[in-house]
Amino acid sequence: MSESTEAVADAPSSAKMETRDVNVFYGDNQAIKNVSLDIADRSVTALIGPSGCGKSTYLRALNRMNDTIDLCRVEGSILLDGEDIYDRGVDPVEVRRRVGMVFQKSNPFPKSIFDNVAFGLRIGGESNKDLIAQRVEESLRGAALWDEVKDRLQSSALGLSGGQQQRLCIARCLAVWPEVILMDEPASALDPIATAKIEELIRELREKYTIVIVTPSMQQAARVSDFTAFFYMGELVEHGDTGRMFTRPSKKRTEEYISGRFG
Amino acid sequence: MRMHTHQEFEAELRNLKDRLLAMGGRCEQMIGLAVRAFEERDEGLANEVMEADRRMNEDELAVDELAVRILALRQPVGRDLRFAVAAVKASTDLERIGDEAVNIAERAIEMQPADRLSPPGSKLSEMARRAGAMLRDALNALVEEDPRLARDVFSQDDAVDRIYGEVMKLCLEYMKDDPDRIPGGMRICNCAKYLERIADHATNIAEMVIFTVEGRDVRHGRA
Repeated sequence: MSESTEAVADAPSSAKMETRDVNVFYGDNQAIKNVSLDIADRSVTALIGPSGCGKSTYLRALNRMNDTIDLCRVEGSILLDGEDIYDRGVDPVEVRRRVGMVFQKSNPFPKSIFDNVAFGLRIGGESNKDLIAQRVEESLRGAALWDEVKDRLQSSALGLSGGQQQRLCIARCLAVWPEVILMDEPASALDPIATAKIEELIRELREKYTIVIVTPSMQQAARVSDFTAFFYMGELVEHGDTGRMFTRPSKKRTEEYISGRFG
Repeated sequence: MRMHTHQEFEAELRNLKDRLLAMGGRCEQMIGLAVRAFEERDEGLANEVMEADRRMNEDELAVDELAVRILALRQPVGRDLRFAVAAVKASTDLERIGDEAVNIAERAIEMQPADRLSPPGSKLSEMARRAGAMLRDALNALVEEDPRLARDVFSQDDAVDRIYGEVMKLCLEYMKDDPDRIPGGMRICNCAKYLERIADHATNIAEMVIFTVEGRDVRHGRA
Protein backbone atom coordinates (compact mmCIF):
# COMPACT_ATOMS: atom_id res chain seq x y z
CA MET A 1 0.00 0.00 0.00
CA SER A 2 1.13 3.50 -0.70
CA GLU A 3 2.33 5.40 2.34
CA SER A 4 1.08 8.66 0.89
CA THR A 5 -2.41 8.48 2.34
CA GLU A 6 -1.06 8.34 5.89
CA ALA A 7 1.77 10.73 5.26
CA VAL A 8 0.34 13.95 6.59
CA ALA A 9 1.58 14.03 10.16
CA ASP A 10 1.33 17.54 11.55
CA ALA A 11 -0.80 19.25 8.93
CA PRO A 12 -1.13 23.04 8.83
CA SER A 13 -4.20 24.49 10.45
CA SER A 14 -5.36 26.59 7.52
CA ALA A 15 -4.78 25.44 3.96
CA LYS A 16 -4.52 27.81 1.00
CA MET A 17 -4.37 24.89 -1.40
CA GLU A 18 -5.62 21.36 -0.91
CA THR A 19 -4.55 18.58 -3.20
CA ARG A 20 -6.36 15.25 -3.06
CA ASP A 21 -5.34 11.97 -4.70
CA VAL A 22 -3.32 13.75 -7.34
CA ASN A 23 -1.91 11.58 -10.14
CA VAL A 24 0.17 13.01 -12.96
CA PHE A 25 1.03 11.02 -16.08
CA TYR A 26 3.41 11.71 -18.94
CA GLY A 27 1.88 9.38 -21.51
CA ASP A 28 2.00 5.95 -19.89
CA ASN A 29 4.53 6.99 -17.31
CA GLN A 30 3.03 7.91 -13.94
CA ALA A 31 5.14 10.66 -12.38
CA ILE A 32 2.94 11.44 -9.35
CA LYS A 33 1.05 8.76 -7.45
CA ASN A 34 -1.91 9.54 -5.24
CA VAL A 35 -0.51 12.59 -3.55
CA SER A 36 -2.73 14.30 -0.98
CA LEU A 37 -1.16 17.36 0.57
CA ASP A 38 -2.39 20.61 2.07
CA ILE A 39 -0.41 23.77 1.39
CA ALA A 40 -0.51 26.02 4.45
CA ASP A 41 -1.65 29.62 3.98
CA ARG A 42 1.08 32.28 4.32
CA SER A 43 3.79 29.78 5.06
CA VAL A 44 6.64 28.25 3.15
CA THR A 45 6.26 24.63 2.14
CA ALA A 46 9.40 22.95 0.81
CA LEU A 47 9.26 19.95 -1.49
CA ILE A 48 12.34 17.74 -1.20
CA GLY A 49 13.38 14.40 -2.65
CA PRO A 50 15.94 12.85 -4.99
CA SER A 51 16.07 13.76 -8.68
CA GLY A 52 13.14 12.38 -10.58
CA CYS A 53 10.96 11.97 -7.48
CA GLY A 54 8.23 14.13 -8.99
CA LYS A 55 8.58 17.25 -6.84
CA SER A 56 8.83 19.63 -9.82
CA THR A 57 6.03 17.85 -11.65
CA TYR A 58 3.82 18.22 -8.58
CA LEU A 59 4.79 21.90 -8.26
CA ARG A 60 3.86 22.54 -11.88
CA ALA A 61 0.50 20.88 -11.37
CA LEU A 62 -0.32 23.56 -8.78
CA ASN A 63 -0.72 26.28 -11.41
CA ARG A 64 -1.55 24.18 -14.46
CA MET A 65 1.90 24.71 -15.91
CA ASN A 66 1.74 21.08 -17.08
CA ASP A 67 -1.16 22.01 -19.40
CA THR A 68 1.42 23.19 -21.88
CA ILE A 69 2.86 19.66 -22.18
CA ASP A 70 0.80 17.64 -24.65
CA LEU A 71 1.28 14.20 -23.17
CA CYS A 72 0.75 15.33 -19.61
CA ARG A 73 -2.45 14.34 -17.78
CA VAL A 74 -3.43 15.41 -14.25
CA GLU A 75 -6.01 13.50 -12.17
CA GLY A 76 -7.43 14.20 -8.73
CA SER A 77 -8.38 17.54 -7.28
CA ILE A 78 -6.25 20.62 -6.69
CA LEU A 79 -8.17 23.27 -4.79
CA LEU A 80 -7.22 26.92 -4.43
CA ASP A 81 -9.34 28.50 -1.70
CA GLY A 82 -11.68 25.52 -2.05
CA GLU A 83 -12.10 25.81 -5.82
CA ASP A 84 -10.70 23.21 -8.22
CA ILE A 85 -8.22 24.93 -10.56
CA TYR A 86 -8.76 22.18 -13.15
CA ASP A 87 -12.55 22.66 -13.34
CA ARG A 88 -13.98 23.49 -16.69
CA GLY A 89 -14.62 27.18 -16.93
CA VAL A 90 -11.56 28.05 -14.88
CA ASP A 91 -9.21 30.25 -16.90
CA PRO A 92 -5.66 28.83 -16.68
CA VAL A 93 -4.21 32.31 -17.24
CA GLU A 94 -6.09 33.58 -14.19
CA VAL A 95 -4.85 30.52 -12.23
CA ARG A 96 -1.28 31.40 -13.15
CA ARG A 97 -1.81 35.01 -12.09
CA ARG A 98 -3.04 33.90 -8.67
CA VAL A 99 -0.44 31.14 -8.46
CA GLY A 100 2.78 32.64 -9.83
CA MET A 101 5.97 30.84 -10.61
CA VAL A 102 9.69 31.51 -10.35
CA PHE A 103 12.03 29.19 -12.21
CA GLN A 104 15.49 27.78 -11.57
CA LYS A 105 17.11 29.87 -14.25
CA SER A 106 16.14 33.49 -14.06
CA ASN A 107 14.35 34.39 -17.27
CA PRO A 108 13.99 38.15 -17.59
CA PHE A 109 12.67 39.40 -20.92
CA PRO A 110 15.18 41.30 -23.08
CA LYS A 111 13.56 44.54 -22.01
CA SER A 112 14.17 47.21 -19.43
CA ILE A 113 13.92 46.49 -15.73
CA PHE A 114 10.73 48.58 -15.59
CA ASP A 115 9.12 46.85 -18.56
CA ASN A 116 9.87 43.42 -17.15
CA VAL A 117 7.93 44.18 -13.98
CA ALA A 118 5.18 46.04 -15.82
CA PHE A 119 4.76 43.25 -18.37
CA GLY A 120 2.05 41.27 -16.58
CA LEU A 121 0.01 44.36 -15.81
CA ARG A 122 0.14 45.59 -19.39
CA ILE A 123 -0.88 42.30 -20.98
CA GLY A 124 -3.59 42.15 -18.34
CA GLY A 125 -4.97 45.32 -19.92
CA GLU A 126 -3.73 47.93 -17.46
CA SER A 127 -2.86 51.20 -19.18
CA ASN A 128 -2.81 53.74 -16.35
CA LYS A 129 0.83 54.79 -16.31
CA ASP A 130 0.80 56.13 -12.76
CA LEU A 131 -0.72 52.96 -11.45
CA ILE A 132 1.79 50.84 -13.37
CA ALA A 133 4.71 52.92 -12.08
CA GLN A 134 3.42 52.62 -8.54
CA ARG A 135 2.98 48.87 -8.84
CA VAL A 136 6.45 48.44 -10.38
CA GLU A 137 7.98 50.23 -7.40
CA GLU A 138 5.93 48.24 -4.90
CA SER A 139 6.90 44.99 -6.58
CA LEU A 140 10.60 45.84 -6.76
CA ARG A 141 10.49 46.84 -3.09
CA GLY A 142 8.65 43.62 -2.29
CA ALA A 143 11.40 41.68 -4.03
CA ALA A 144 14.11 43.60 -2.12
CA LEU A 145 15.52 44.98 -5.37
CA TRP A 146 14.26 48.60 -5.44
CA ASP A 147 17.29 50.21 -3.78
CA GLU A 148 19.66 48.50 -6.20
CA VAL A 149 17.82 49.42 -9.42
CA LYS A 150 15.75 52.57 -8.73
CA ASP A 151 18.23 54.78 -10.61
CA ARG A 152 18.37 52.60 -13.69
CA LEU A 153 14.86 51.35 -14.27
CA GLN A 154 15.19 51.88 -18.00
CA SER A 155 18.39 49.82 -18.29
CA SER A 156 18.23 46.35 -19.74
CA ALA A 157 17.31 43.65 -17.25
CA LEU A 158 19.95 41.46 -18.85
CA GLY A 159 22.65 43.70 -17.34
CA LEU A 160 21.69 42.66 -13.80
CA SER A 161 23.62 40.03 -11.88
CA GLY A 162 22.19 36.52 -11.59
CA GLY A 163 20.83 37.13 -8.12
CA GLN A 164 19.30 40.46 -9.14
CA GLN A 165 17.72 38.85 -12.21
CA GLN A 166 16.14 36.22 -10.02
CA ARG A 167 14.74 38.89 -7.67
CA LEU A 168 13.49 40.76 -10.76
CA CYS A 169 11.59 37.62 -11.77
CA ILE A 170 10.10 37.53 -8.28
CA ALA A 171 9.13 41.21 -8.64
CA ARG A 172 7.54 40.45 -12.02
CA CYS A 173 5.56 37.70 -10.35
CA LEU A 174 4.51 39.99 -7.45
CA ALA A 175 3.31 42.75 -9.81
CA VAL A 176 0.11 40.93 -10.72
CA TRP A 177 -1.02 40.41 -7.12
CA PRO A 178 -0.47 36.67 -6.79
CA GLU A 179 -1.64 34.73 -3.74
CA VAL A 180 0.64 31.73 -4.08
CA ILE A 181 4.21 31.74 -5.38
CA LEU A 182 5.76 28.52 -6.69
CA MET A 183 9.55 28.45 -6.79
CA ASP A 184 11.41 25.75 -8.67
CA GLU A 185 14.97 25.66 -7.33
CA PRO A 186 15.12 29.47 -7.31
CA ALA A 187 18.66 29.71 -5.93
CA SER A 188 20.34 26.74 -7.63
CA ALA A 189 22.37 28.89 -9.98
CA LEU A 190 23.33 31.55 -7.43
CA ASP A 191 26.35 32.13 -5.22
CA PRO A 192 25.98 31.91 -1.41
CA ILE A 193 25.38 35.66 -0.89
CA ALA A 194 22.76 35.89 -3.65
CA THR A 195 21.23 32.67 -2.27
CA ALA A 196 21.07 34.17 1.22
CA LYS A 197 19.27 37.24 -0.18
CA ILE A 198 16.71 35.07 -1.94
CA GLU A 199 16.21 33.01 1.22
CA GLU A 200 15.79 36.16 3.30
CA LEU A 201 13.27 37.40 0.76
CA ILE A 202 11.34 34.15 0.91
CA ARG A 203 11.04 34.53 4.69
CA GLU A 204 9.68 38.08 4.21
CA LEU A 205 7.29 37.13 1.42
CA ARG A 206 5.60 34.51 3.55
CA GLU A 207 3.99 37.28 5.60
CA LYS A 208 1.78 38.05 2.59
CA TYR A 209 2.01 35.06 0.28
CA THR A 210 1.79 31.31 0.35
CA ILE A 211 5.04 29.86 -0.96
CA VAL A 212 5.88 26.42 -2.27
CA ILE A 213 9.53 25.83 -3.04
CA VAL A 214 11.28 22.90 -4.69
CA THR A 215 14.86 22.72 -3.55
CA PRO A 216 17.67 20.23 -4.07
CA SER A 217 19.32 21.53 -0.90
CA MET A 218 18.04 20.08 2.31
CA GLN A 219 19.80 22.77 4.29
CA GLN A 220 17.90 25.34 2.27
CA ALA A 221 14.61 23.57 2.95
CA ALA A 222 15.51 23.54 6.64
CA ARG A 223 16.38 27.24 6.62
CA VAL A 224 13.47 28.69 4.69
CA SER A 225 10.46 26.47 5.14
CA ASP A 226 7.79 26.03 7.78
CA PHE A 227 6.62 22.70 6.37
CA THR A 228 8.54 20.09 4.44
CA ALA A 229 7.15 17.41 2.14
CA PHE A 230 9.39 14.51 1.15
CA PHE A 231 8.69 12.92 -2.22
CA TYR A 232 10.14 9.64 -3.37
CA MET A 233 9.40 7.89 -6.67
CA GLY A 234 6.30 9.95 -7.27
CA GLU A 235 4.84 9.39 -3.82
CA LEU A 236 4.56 11.71 -0.87
CA VAL A 237 6.36 9.82 1.87
CA GLU A 238 6.02 12.30 4.71
CA HIS A 239 4.90 15.85 5.30
CA GLY A 240 5.14 17.91 8.44
CA ASP A 241 6.61 20.71 10.46
CA THR A 242 10.14 21.39 9.15
CA GLY A 243 11.70 21.35 12.62
CA ARG A 244 10.32 17.91 13.26
CA MET A 245 11.10 16.59 9.77
CA PHE A 246 14.79 17.42 10.22
CA THR A 247 15.17 16.27 13.82
CA ARG A 248 12.89 13.28 14.13
CA PRO A 249 11.14 12.29 10.92
CA SER A 250 8.64 9.50 11.45
CA LYS A 251 9.39 7.49 8.30
CA LYS A 252 12.56 5.48 7.82
CA ARG A 253 12.85 6.52 4.17
CA THR A 254 12.72 10.19 5.15
CA GLU A 255 15.39 9.66 7.79
CA GLU A 256 17.63 7.87 5.31
CA TYR A 257 17.20 10.55 2.66
CA ILE A 258 17.71 13.64 4.81
CA SER A 259 20.72 12.15 6.56
CA GLY A 260 22.34 11.16 3.26
CA ARG A 261 21.88 7.41 3.52
CA PHE A 262 20.19 6.83 0.20
CA GLY A 263 21.86 4.12 -1.84
CA MET B 1 20.64 1.87 9.88
CA ARG B 2 22.29 2.00 6.49
CA MET B 3 25.79 3.30 5.97
CA HIS B 4 26.21 6.95 5.20
CA THR B 5 26.75 7.90 1.56
CA HIS B 6 29.72 10.04 2.61
CA GLN B 7 32.31 7.54 3.83
CA GLU B 8 34.29 10.25 5.57
CA PHE B 9 31.23 11.34 7.55
CA GLU B 10 30.57 7.72 8.47
CA ALA B 11 34.17 7.45 9.68
CA GLU B 12 33.77 10.59 11.81
CA LEU B 13 30.65 9.23 13.47
CA ARG B 14 32.50 5.97 14.12
CA ASN B 15 35.41 7.89 15.60
CA LEU B 16 33.04 9.76 17.92
CA LYS B 17 31.56 6.47 19.11
CA ASP B 18 34.99 4.94 19.64
CA ARG B 19 36.15 7.89 21.70
CA LEU B 20 33.05 7.72 23.90
CA LEU B 21 33.63 3.99 24.40
CA ALA B 22 37.25 4.65 25.32
CA MET B 23 36.17 7.31 27.83
CA GLY B 24 33.66 4.85 29.27
CA GLY B 25 36.34 2.16 29.60
CA ARG B 26 38.57 4.60 31.43
CA CYS B 27 35.72 5.58 33.75
CA GLU B 28 34.98 2.00 34.61
CA GLN B 29 38.60 1.40 35.46
CA MET B 30 38.71 4.56 37.60
CA ILE B 31 35.65 3.49 39.60
CA GLY B 32 37.20 0.09 40.35
CA LEU B 33 40.57 1.61 41.30
CA ALA B 34 39.01 4.29 43.50
CA VAL B 35 36.89 1.85 45.48
CA ARG B 36 39.86 -0.47 45.93
CA ALA B 37 42.00 2.48 47.05
CA PHE B 38 39.32 3.29 49.63
CA GLU B 39 38.83 -0.25 50.84
CA GLU B 40 42.56 -0.98 51.07
CA ARG B 41 43.64 2.56 52.05
CA ASP B 42 46.08 2.50 49.12
CA GLU B 43 47.39 5.95 48.27
CA GLY B 44 49.19 4.69 45.17
CA LEU B 45 45.91 3.51 43.64
CA ALA B 46 44.26 6.79 44.61
CA ASN B 47 46.99 8.69 42.76
CA GLU B 48 46.41 6.54 39.70
CA VAL B 49 42.77 7.67 39.75
CA MET B 50 43.84 11.32 39.85
CA GLU B 51 46.16 10.77 36.91
CA ALA B 52 43.45 9.02 34.90
CA ASP B 53 41.12 11.95 35.57
CA ARG B 54 43.50 14.34 33.85
CA ARG B 55 43.36 12.20 30.70
CA MET B 56 39.58 12.04 31.12
CA ASN B 57 39.33 15.82 30.98
CA GLU B 58 41.34 15.83 27.76
CA ASP B 59 39.05 13.15 26.32
CA GLU B 60 36.01 15.27 27.10
CA LEU B 61 37.46 18.21 25.18
CA ALA B 62 38.39 15.97 22.24
CA VAL B 63 34.89 14.46 22.02
CA ASP B 64 33.25 17.88 22.19
CA GLU B 65 35.59 19.24 19.54
CA LEU B 66 34.83 16.36 17.21
CA ALA B 67 31.07 16.69 17.76
CA VAL B 68 31.19 20.46 17.13
CA ARG B 69 33.20 19.82 13.98
CA ILE B 70 30.56 17.35 12.74
CA LEU B 71 27.77 19.82 13.54
CA ALA B 72 29.55 22.63 11.70
CA LEU B 73 30.86 20.80 8.66
CA ARG B 74 28.33 18.01 8.11
CA GLN B 75 25.21 19.77 9.31
CA PRO B 76 23.72 16.47 10.41
CA VAL B 77 19.98 15.99 10.62
CA GLY B 78 17.70 13.31 12.02
CA ARG B 79 19.40 10.55 13.94
CA ASP B 80 22.90 11.80 13.15
CA LEU B 81 22.01 15.16 14.67
CA ARG B 82 20.53 13.52 17.75
CA PHE B 83 23.63 11.34 18.12
CA ALA B 84 25.99 14.33 17.89
CA VAL B 85 23.97 16.14 20.59
CA ALA B 86 23.88 12.97 22.71
CA ALA B 87 27.66 12.56 22.36
CA VAL B 88 28.29 16.05 23.76
CA LYS B 89 26.00 15.39 26.71
CA ALA B 90 27.42 11.89 27.30
CA SER B 91 30.97 13.25 27.35
CA THR B 92 29.94 15.63 30.15
CA ASP B 93 28.41 12.76 32.13
CA LEU B 94 31.54 10.66 31.62
CA GLU B 95 33.78 13.48 32.77
CA ARG B 96 31.62 13.92 35.89
CA ILE B 97 31.89 10.19 36.58
CA GLY B 98 35.65 10.69 36.52
CA ASP B 99 35.26 13.51 39.05
CA GLU B 100 33.21 11.27 41.36
CA ALA B 101 35.92 8.61 41.16
CA VAL B 102 38.43 11.29 42.17
CA ASN B 103 36.20 12.17 45.15
CA ILE B 104 36.33 8.54 46.30
CA ALA B 105 40.12 8.52 45.86
CA GLU B 106 40.38 11.68 47.96
CA ARG B 107 38.41 10.04 50.78
CA ALA B 108 40.93 7.15 50.56
CA ILE B 109 43.86 9.54 50.98
CA GLU B 110 42.22 11.19 54.01
CA MET B 111 42.29 7.92 55.90
CA GLN B 112 45.14 7.07 58.27
CA PRO B 113 47.14 3.88 57.58
CA ALA B 114 45.79 2.45 60.82
CA ASP B 115 42.15 3.08 59.89
CA ARG B 116 40.15 0.03 59.14
CA LEU B 117 37.18 -0.03 56.84
CA SER B 118 34.03 0.29 58.93
CA PRO B 119 31.53 -2.56 58.51
CA PRO B 120 28.96 -0.63 56.36
CA GLY B 121 31.77 -0.13 53.82
CA SER B 122 31.49 -3.76 52.78
CA LYS B 123 28.61 -2.78 50.49
CA LEU B 124 30.66 -0.25 48.49
CA SER B 125 32.31 -2.75 46.18
CA GLU B 126 28.91 -4.12 45.19
CA MET B 127 27.69 -0.59 44.45
CA ALA B 128 30.84 0.07 42.42
CA ARG B 129 30.41 -3.16 40.46
CA ARG B 130 26.80 -2.34 39.67
CA ALA B 131 27.50 1.29 38.73
CA GLY B 132 30.33 0.14 36.46
CA ALA B 133 28.04 -2.39 34.77
CA MET B 134 25.40 0.30 34.24
CA LEU B 135 27.96 2.53 32.63
CA ARG B 136 29.13 -0.29 30.36
CA ASP B 137 25.56 -1.11 29.34
CA ALA B 138 24.66 2.54 28.74
CA LEU B 139 27.65 3.04 26.45
CA ASN B 140 27.10 -0.22 24.62
CA ALA B 141 23.49 0.85 24.12
CA LEU B 142 24.68 4.19 22.73
CA VAL B 143 27.13 2.63 20.33
CA GLU B 144 24.86 -0.25 19.31
CA GLU B 145 21.84 2.09 19.22
CA ASP B 146 19.94 -0.35 21.42
CA PRO B 147 17.05 1.27 23.36
CA ARG B 148 16.17 -2.03 25.05
CA LEU B 149 19.56 -2.21 26.72
CA ALA B 150 19.23 1.48 27.63
CA ARG B 151 15.93 0.83 29.39
CA ASP B 152 17.57 -2.02 31.30
CA VAL B 153 19.97 0.57 32.75
CA PHE B 154 16.99 2.42 34.27
CA SER B 155 16.01 -0.65 36.29
CA GLN B 156 19.61 -1.25 37.34
CA ASP B 157 19.63 2.29 38.71
CA ASP B 158 16.69 1.43 40.97
CA ALA B 159 18.78 -1.40 42.46
CA VAL B 160 21.72 0.94 43.12
CA ASP B 161 19.40 3.44 44.80
CA ARG B 162 18.12 0.65 47.09
CA ILE B 163 21.65 -0.35 48.13
CA TYR B 164 22.49 3.30 48.71
CA GLY B 165 19.52 3.53 51.09
CA GLU B 166 20.73 0.42 52.93
CA VAL B 167 24.28 1.78 53.26
CA MET B 168 22.97 5.05 54.70
CA LYS B 169 20.86 3.18 57.22
CA LEU B 170 23.76 0.94 58.25
CA CYS B 171 26.05 3.96 58.60
CA LEU B 172 23.58 5.78 60.84
CA GLU B 173 23.24 2.70 63.04
CA TYR B 174 26.99 2.33 63.14
CA MET B 175 27.70 5.97 64.05
CA LYS B 176 24.93 6.71 66.52
CA ASP B 177 26.37 4.68 69.44
CA ASP B 178 29.91 6.06 69.26
CA PRO B 179 30.94 9.56 68.13
CA ASP B 180 34.44 8.27 67.33
CA ARG B 181 32.92 6.30 64.49
CA ILE B 182 31.54 9.41 62.80
CA PRO B 183 34.54 10.32 60.58
CA GLY B 184 34.83 6.79 59.17
CA GLY B 185 31.06 6.46 58.83
CA MET B 186 30.75 9.77 57.05
CA ARG B 187 33.45 8.80 54.58
CA ILE B 188 31.47 5.69 53.71
CA CYS B 189 28.27 7.72 53.40
CA ASN B 190 30.04 10.09 51.03
CA CYS B 191 31.55 7.32 48.92
CA ALA B 192 28.12 5.68 48.67
CA LYS B 193 26.72 9.02 47.51
CA TYR B 194 29.47 9.33 44.88
CA LEU B 195 28.69 5.86 43.56
CA GLU B 196 24.98 6.62 43.52
CA ARG B 197 25.76 9.75 41.46
CA ILE B 198 27.87 7.67 39.06
CA ALA B 199 24.86 5.42 38.52
CA ASP B 200 22.75 8.53 37.83
CA HIS B 201 25.23 9.72 35.20
CA ALA B 202 25.06 6.28 33.54
CA THR B 203 21.27 6.65 33.57
CA ASN B 204 21.59 10.04 31.88
CA ILE B 205 23.61 8.42 29.10
CA ALA B 206 20.94 5.72 28.74
CA GLU B 207 18.31 8.46 28.40
CA MET B 208 20.32 9.98 25.56
CA VAL B 209 20.28 6.59 23.83
CA ILE B 210 16.46 6.68 23.76
CA PHE B 211 16.69 10.24 22.40
CA THR B 212 19.17 9.20 19.71
CA VAL B 213 17.31 6.12 18.53
CA GLU B 214 13.66 7.01 19.09
CA GLY B 215 13.77 10.81 19.00
CA ARG B 216 11.97 10.93 22.36
CA ASP B 217 13.21 12.89 25.32
CA VAL B 218 12.56 10.74 28.39
CA ARG B 219 14.43 12.90 30.88
CA HIS B 220 12.71 14.21 34.01
CA GLY B 221 10.05 11.53 33.96
CA ARG B 222 8.85 12.33 30.48
CA ALA B 223 7.53 9.13 28.94
